[in-house]
Amino acid sequence: MSTTDARPVWAGKPSVPTRVIKAIVLIVVAVVVLFPFLVVVSTSLASQADLTANGGFMILPDSFTFEAYRAILSGGVVTKAVLVSVFVTVVGTTLSLICTTLAAYGLTRRDSFGHRPILTFFLLTFLFTPGIIPSYLMVKQLGLIDNVWALILPSAISAFNLVIVRGFFMGIPEELLDAARIDGAGEWRIFATIVVPLSRAVLAVVGLFYAVGYWNAFFNAMLYLNDTTRWPLQLVVRTYVLQGNPILDASGDAGSQPPTQAVQMAVAVLALLPIAMIFPFLQRNFTKGVLTGAIKG
Amino acid sequence: MPTFVSERHKPRSLPGSTRRPSRLSRTQRLRRDRSMLLMVLPAGLLLLVFTYVPLLGNVIAFLDYQPYLPIDQAPWVGFANFQLLFTDPAFWGAVSNTLQITFLQVFLAFPVPIALALLLSSLISSRVKKVVQTVVYLPHFLSWVLVVALFQQVLGGSGVVNQFLSQQGLHSIGFMTTPETFKLLIVAQGVWKDAGWATIIFLAALTAIDDALYESAAIDGAGWWRRLWHVTLPGIRPIIAILLILNLGQALNVGFEQILLQRANVGPDAAEVLDTYVYFHGIGDGNFGLGAAAGLFKGVVGLILILVANKVSHLLGEQGVYSRQ
Repeated sequence: MSTTDARPVWAGKPSVPTRVIKAIVLIVVAVVVLFPFLVVVSTSLASQADLTANGGFMILPDSFTFEAYRAILSGGVVTKAVLVSVFVTVVGTTLSLICTTLAAYGLTRRDSFGHRPILTFFLLTFLFTPGIIPSYLMVKQLGLIDNVWALILPSAISAFNLVIVRGFFMGIPEELLDAARIDGAGEWRIFATIVVPLSRAVLAVVGLFYAVGYWNAFFNAMLYLNDTTRWPLQLVVRTYVLQGNPILDASGDAGSQPPTQAVQMAVAVLALLPIAMIFPFLQRNFTKGVLTGAIKG
Repeated sequence: MPTFVSERHKPRSLPGSTRRPSRLSRTQRLRRDRSMLLMVLPAGLLLLVFTYVPLLGNVIAFLDYQPYLPIDQAPWVGFANFQLLFTDPAFWGAVSNTLQITFLQVFLAFPVPIALALLLSSLISSRVKKVVQTVVYLPHFLSWVLVVALFQQVLGGSGVVNQFLSQQGLHSIGFMTTPETFKLLIVAQGVWKDAGWATIIFLAALTAIDDALYESAAIDGAGWWRRLWHVTLPGIRPIIAILLILNLGQALNVGFEQILLQRANVGPDAAEVLDTYVYFHGIGDGNFGLGAAAGLFKGVVGLILILVANKVSHLLGEQGVYSRQ
């Protein structure tokens, strides 16, 4: 153990009951958080016979089968939904990152033309949210109903992320940029060859925040997409897992059978998996990226 | 939240013509900064179209708007939509549910991460600390659809807990379907999802407290409780204040997706909040004017709450969520 693990002299040694209580609390907290994940993953891997015998769920599976995953990934409603979600997440994150980063750099010079009003224009979106109905009418007006871009464009810019990136950019020593300017580099070139390469870490964090947002988005899809063949995964999770319904296609035919318990949980795991995979990265960079931006301001 | 404007740099200066920006005319500055302005443009346009224009679209709260007619042909009805809104008992039910949930959140959910952070910071083993911190932080990144699905699998009618109860010959408990306890369920789900996130923030604030303060307090004979009261809590007071202000500013925004997903389980009397009212009465019933009126009411009151909370915090000598430079 490292030296930071030493108990400070002044702290005094906690009594045995205190330590036992602490340990119990910590274990209970961990179990409460992790138990639902265990049940969901186990159920998705169990055979239907085991599930029926056990009342519809498994805490630890008796036998493993990937039947449920094979069923949903062999080209039905769920496969389509996964593709939609991946498209929205990848394209959306790329677009958001490009626009946010460019705007953040464009707002770094205090003496630039119209700096104050433009900055205020961005920051005021912290205070004003347009409301569900006017947003819906706007998307409808633009003809984006039943279009996947309705899941991307309205939420493409987050002023919060913009402020984080801008704060980081403003910490880049200006001598570096001035040197490039004297050498005749234009702002675009400085942005691409100096600013972006220096900011990889913060851009990765902000990109992940956008990606998680796109992947998790559910209400905008419910609001803007009536066509079930264009649904993202989260909406399928709602219909399959929360409501236990089959998904009807546009003509009203059941495009799918009512999902079995294993299939329900397999869909949930599918929606969970990308988040779990990038979580170590998110967690590691949280303190670096956001805490500094959010708390120190 | 970031402060509104935090400038760390003096205006950038270049040798030669750009050293004294004030000497340049507007046209010269426009010419010089055109690439910067071009960079801001895409994001600016997106916000203009999807935030600012819809903000103006709130005008339909004062119109008799019909979806099949263009907006400029809708007749002006003044405050008729608001009159309708304020005489609708369902609306006041939604206001009451919203405030009750906020109240429960502040009193039941808010202290949880503080307690957890205190517990974690008292641990000696940095490995245990890290593991627990990681575990409790995970649910923050899940969508509400998944959180509700996980809860249903454990606490739902045929979930793990109720299966266990029925195997023991006991009555099952409708954790997810009892209107009377629905608000507590909402708070509990919020704790499960976000307590870990807030814990990390409080932990960071706790680490920032100077150890010398604890040491001298201990030398002066202060026990654990007194050190907590006189050193720890004052140390994290600013962050508690900021998070409380944020909470109060968001008082009308109680978990929209979360409640939307579960409203059908308990019915609107127990579950309707302002946002779901806007959705079901405005878009669901096609009554756009009424929905927009409710949305605008919520927006304006919410804005006032943020500004007041921020002001109060400044008056109490705390940092606000934002400040003028």
